[in-house]
Amino acid sequence: MGKVLLAGVGATPIGEHWEKSLRDLMVDASLNALRDAGVEKKNVDAIFVGNMSSGYLQGQEHLGSLLATWLGIPGVAAHKVEAACASGGAAVHDAFMAVKSGLYDCVLAVGVEKMTDASTDQLTSALIMADDQEYTAFAGFSFVALNALVYRAYMDKYGAKQEDIALFAVHDHEHAVHNPLAQYRRAVTLDAVLSSPLVADPLHLLECAPTGDGAAALLLCSEEKAKELGLKPEVEVAASALATDVLSLHDRDDLTTLNATLRAAERAYKIARVEPKNVDVAEVHDAFTVLGVIHLEDLGFAKKGEGWKLVKEGEIEAGGKIPVNMMGGLKARGHPVGATGVYEVYDAALQLLGRAGKNQVEGAEVALAQNVGGVGGTVAVTILRRVR
Amino acid sequence: MNGIASIIGYGAYLPRYRIKAAEIARVYGRNPSSTPIKEKTVPGLDEDSLTHAYEAALNALRRAEIDPSEIEVVFVGSESPPYAVKPSATIIAEALGITPKLYAVDMEFACRAGTTALLSAVGLVHAGLARYGLAIGTDTAQGRPGDALEYTAAAGAAAFIVSKPRSDAVATIEAAYSYVTDTPDFWRREGQRFPRHGARFTGEPAYFAHIIGAAKGLMEETGLKPSDFRYVVFHQPNVKFPTRVAKRLGFTKEQLERGLLSGIIGNTYAAASPIGLVNVLDAAEPGDRILIVSFGSGAGSDAISLVVEDGITERRPKAPLLSSYIERSKEIDYALYLRFRGFICR
Amino acid sequence: MSYMNSVPRAWRERVTKYRLIGGRCKKCGKVFYPYRGSCPRCGSDDVERIELPKRGRVKYFTVVRSAPAEFKRYEPYVVALVELENGAIVPAQLTDVDADEVYEGMEVEGVLRRYREQGEDGIIEYGVKFRPVVGGGGEQ
Repeated sequence: MGKVLLAGVGATPIGEHWEKSLRDLMVDASLNALRDAGVEKKNVDAIFVGNMSSGYLQGQEHLGSLLATWLGIPGVAAHKVEAACASGGAAVHDAFMAVKSGLYDCVLAVGVEKMTDASTDQLTSALIMADDQEYTAFAGFSFVALNALVYRAYMDKYGAKQEDIALFAVHDHEHAVHNPLAQYRRAVTLDAVLSSPLVADPLHLLECAPTGDGAAALLLCSEEKAKELGLKPEVEVAASALATDVLSLHDRDDLTTLNATLRAAERAYKIARVEPKNVDVAEVHDAFTVLGVIHLEDLGFAKKGEGWKLVKEGEIEAGGKIPVNMMGGLKARGHPVGATGVYEVYDAALQLLGRAGKNQVEGAEVALAQNVGGVGGTVAVTILRRVR
Repeated sequence: MNGIASIIGYGAYLPRYRIKAAEIARVYGRNPSSTPIKEKTVPGLDEDSLTHAYEAALNALRRAEIDPSEIEVVFVGSESPPYAVKPSATIIAEALGITPKLYAVDMEFACRAGTTALLSAVGLVHAGLARYGLAIGTDTAQGRPGDALEYTAAAGAAAFIVSKPRSDAVATIEAAYSYVTDTPDFWRREGQRFPRHGARFTGEPAYFAHIIGAAKGLMEETGLKPSDFRYVVFHQPNVKFPTRVAKRLGFTKEQLERGLLSGIIGNTYAAASPIGLVNVLDAAEPGDRILIVSFGSGAGSDAISLVVEDGITERRPKAPLLSSYIERSKEIDYALYLRFRGFICR
Repeated sequence: MSYMNSVPRAWRERVTKYRLIGGRCKKCGKVFYPYRGSCPRCGSDDVERIELPKRGRVKYFTVVRSAPAEFKRYEPYVVALVELENGAIVPAQLTDVDADEVYEGMEVEGVLRRYREQGEDGIIEYGVKFRPVVGGGGEQ
């Protein structure tokens, strides 16, 4: 089977887009990706739209046909992909499969979420739908509360300190300063993080990814199609893997590791024929500081219980062992939930394309993006590689 | 154990929160040292008369030590059910595992509904129509903010499981006498949130006339006299009324005080005299005779005479004593009280 | 929000919610909540339906200070994973306790309380919450 090539990437800034609707955002991102690739829209033969909550937040489903309609290419294969916050990663996974299988040649993977149409408590209701509505949401858990339990379990088990874990947020903010699309382009101090209000103890507001609107899109092509269109993509999607775990924390024996990450990463590394040590830059799903730390361990970059040390010792900076979230991560670039998985691949791609500006990791050849749905009920791992 | 039926399990419930009557007086500029009681119970935000009833019944079940599915009657007496239409009894029965072979219904007769539920269950069990019956008196009473009732309107529940007379029971009911007339001393019209009352009219023609009528009626029919009882429990809307009615009927302070709790928990309405009985059972010894007389506005009283059985010693420790619930208290101020009672518009 | 206001849905779940109906895997021994046909740990389909004990300990807890719309009126409140006497873990709210009184390992018992209401004129959804054990007997 031939390579799946990343022909173009596009995204909107993440933020409060009061004047833009859900459809505006996904159209903008898609057109940006097509423009970036230099491909006319008529060449697209399939679209996968990652989105979590349009049904609840906009009263709108059927995003595949909606996007095809508003892009002016009705007729293509298109549908929505939903896996909570991993919807974007799942859309990338579907697009990868579509091209890899040979069934489609030119595919858009789009992620979109329009969160600011709802009030905070409505959003909180929407987000907990990522877990079990009947038993977890019923009991009054917010999504933040579930991650707070993970936080407690992690600190209990490994004796890690909150001031070390919370450094993840400081790291993300530092890098978002230089990302023109980031929601919060300003640095924060550890003191500011730890003195921000508690949302669900021990999680402080500034340890949680913000809510925002945004859309990102990737154009994936087969080698034949690229040749036909005269494209010379520099990056390939070397692997995309997706795995699940039991949906809810109360069914898990260990709260401090995400089995879905272990499974998806193992498959992705195998497909791409790389190991963690070969990864030059990674985008991890730090919806909450403690998750960022756990992901470093589950992806194989740190020993179990020692992810926070990488952060503290500067090993996730450019020049460190494994530069992570160089464009600001979920915390500061932003986390429009269903779009995030696509933004992560977008940010990873910028590194391989040498377009990351002041956040560039020099000579990056292999980049990894990990996208988590729920509290690890789904994890998508994508590996990009410069085409040799 | 000659009698109509036995109580094989009993239990009560009080919510955790308390407000001092002096705190209510403070808010309305009244004298905090001349309130009808010291403090009263307040239900938490997630509680209602149904959840109170569930826990009282669970405690009764623990003492009865029977399979819940053997209970064939559930009567819930309350004037503050969470639904105006839809029985509380069905939810309580489902939660306790009593459904579906079951005769279950809610009853309303102001503060008398608890003993009325008990006597109704006793009747069916005595008649052989049910093996075991569960009777509950429960309320989360509401007084209009600023009204005199607000000092005392409290929350609590008590439950009893009855069987045919048996010596391993907690107590056996030997006689009952009910006294009912049309006396509108307190009422709530359909659709109204708060009840209204006849102020001093609630005293002589209502509370005193009916309690005395029922108590005297029972003693005349049975030939019992006040000195035959070790304990007496009266409906307790405050401290003054039961103290006064005891005196008028010839009962002593010693007979009365164990079953008089309104000074520290308030008026728990349909649960008031039943909770008094629970506190008596928490201390009584085999052979003790107890008189309980309820009162419900509208108006009516049930007088019931019980004799404590040998089984009490073994059954009593199987559930928390009322004192555990009394000690479990957290004081709140009037602002929190308004929030807990849902009186703050949102 | 039609899903919140479904009567059949609340009705269907009532026994599970009121009495904590869980499962026990006959193959690996895991006990879990709620009941389902296959074991969440080993995947075995040899699972029996059991009523879970209402006593246990707080395993992990947190304080919800920004609640979903349906729970706004309870803010702030404590939610926890409660480990029951037989090892089953139940996600539940704690009640009758202030946030600063809760600790990991705290002994708790199940009580029936209100969870959600389908609006002021809709049905009330009850379920088991846990609270510090009330003393003086009550061993079940």
